[in-house]
Amino acid sequence: MKSSKVFPLCILIGLVIGVQVVTQLTDKTFYLTQLTMAAYYTLVVIGLSVLMGYAGQISIGHAGFFAIGGYLSAALTTHNLVSLQTHPFIQALGSMGMLIPGQDLYGEQLLTVAPWPACLFALAVAAVVALVLGVPVLKLKGHYLAMATLGFGIIIFRIGLATEFFGEADGISEVPAFVLLPSLAGLPALSVSGDFGHRIENYYIAWGLLVLGMVLLLNLIDSRTGRALRSIHGSEEAAEAIGINTARLKLAVFVLSAVFAAIAGVFLTHYNGGIGPSEASVMKSVRYVALVAVGGMANLWGVLIMGVTLTFLSLRGVFGSYDDAVFGTILILVMLFAPDGILSIRGKALLARFKKENA
Amino acid sequence: MLELTSVRKQFGGLRAVDDVSFSVQEGVIKAVIGPNGAGKTTLFNLIAGNLDPTAGTISFLGREIQGKKPHQIAGYGMSRTFQNIKLFHGMTALESVMVGRHIQSRAGFLAGMFHPPSSRREEKAIRDKAYELLELLDIAEFADVEATSLAFGQQRAVEMARALATEPRLLLLDEPAAGLNIYETAEVARLITRIRAMGITVLLVEHDMSLVMDISDEIVVLSFGSKIAEGEPLAIQQNPEVIKIYLGEDEEIAA
Repeated sequence: MKSSKVFPLCILIGLVIGVQVVTQLTDKTFYLTQLTMAAYYTLVVIGLSVLMGYAGQISIGHAGFFAIGGYLSAALTTHNLVSLQTHPFIQALGSMGMLIPGQDLYGEQLLTVAPWPACLFALAVAAVVALVLGVPVLKLKGHYLAMATLGFGIIIFRIGLATEFFGEADGISEVPAFVLLPSLAGLPALSVSGDFGHRIENYYIAWGLLVLGMVLLLNLIDSRTGRALRSIHGSEEAAEAIGINTARLKLAVFVLSAVFAAIAGVFLTHYNGGIGPSEASVMKSVRYVALVAVGGMANLWGVLIMGVTLTFLSLRGVFGSYDDAVFGTILILVMLFAPDGILSIRGKALLARFKKENA
Repeated sequence: MLELTSVRKQFGGLRAVDDVSFSVQEGVIKAVIGPNGAGKTTLFNLIAGNLDPTAGTISFLGREIQGKKPHQIAGYGMSRTFQNIKLFHGMTALESVMVGRHIQSRAGFLAGMFHPPSSRREEKAIRDKAYELLELLDIAEFADVEATSLAFGQQRAVEMARALATEPRLLLLDEPAAGLNIYETAEVARLITRIRAMGITVLLVEHDMSLVMDISDEIVVLSFGSKIAEGEPLAIQQNPEVIKIYLGEDEEIAA
């Protein structure tokens, strides 16, 4: 990696550690909860930034992919399979170690899918759905693509709301912890869960994942594939003329961004211990789009900063009951006054002043 | 290497290209000329795959390519430039040419994200080759300048370097001298002959007669979608049909 990429990453990692240490010293570790959640939401947003900002394809349905990840891992890890125990498929899964037996509060026998296979299954489904949806939908452009992805988001929202398996309006609760690594060689286990005892550990898991996602996407942008993506945004016709299969590339980046959203969905659901239909709502998708726009579209660092900041403020309840309205307003204002993102404004204003003084 | 047989393109009631047949031999510079609206750019778009012909066949290196996607045709070894330059916004001149190495390199999504040593080597090779092409076109000093902010002639050169980066067998140039002054046009003429010397066949559409007559080995003349003449520059200059469409039929002028 180039130093121009490593330096900001080092600052980010330093900040992540610094914030944790400061909150611990000042006994304000409760902030870490919202910071953890903000990191997961921002993972969705940086993935969407590559799709929207770099490849130039809009999606107002990414809450749907987040929900596919969250709902599937929640349903699989909570749904009791005891009554199906004798089914050959369930037995096969059991013999492969993919099921976990347990007991509920009343001593009832439980048999659920283990979090790791549930997670991988959820991600695979999100990828396949993105692939199947993407083939026809990515032939559309502009508003048409926006409408089609919006429709997809609404479908996922209604499925969650109408299906008993996904808990209907209540969503799914009591999702167990996701043990990422069992305790090894005296080290404690690493697990995604909302327990107070795991707060710091989870803060680092979430931010570790976000930093990893950021490194991978920064690398991608600065590669052969990244250049090809940016060329599609520049001129699809010229990209084709030098041999770039634009349809396939658009599809691949759509799937990639969907998987990022689904990973965030899986982790945040285990962290929160549940998921409800609001996670799949259109307003969530609009919020992700607003965060990409406010961060500057094709600016991963801007998107990361604005994503974390605004999501954190929102989760702290700063916007009160106007929460969704705030994000809608942000989207309108950014489109009108700062199409290159909030962080671009000061630079432009300074440049204008500089020009005036020298005139 | 390129063979058009009775190629036709109909837009509603208009035959923009009407049963045109000609072939391009390997190693030549061939030009397509004709007045405005003769169907030259449509013909180019048919060859490069941006449009599908209504009838007729186009074969390139022994393979029928009508109906293929532009990126497939580019993969077979044909590259093009555009009349109204199409550069990628937000990319430097060097990056613009590096994208041109797409089909000559391999790294995919995973390699892009993890940057293994193999893709780092490939990345360096891409960069070196792109820089080499910028040098060839005398625009290496602008390597790190955003391509869309360059002067018109330099943008043209970047576009040409990008097309050359794909290592084409056949290069299609759509009005390479449009908007250039006579010095720049002479520069383009020298460049095209140099490209041919590299073993690349060139097919160009051009308005500028001095350029066409100087460098072409063969010329095809289109008028209202039909081919009205084909031959060496000297023969074309003396062809009465061609003189008629370019100068009109007025007796005084003819006399």
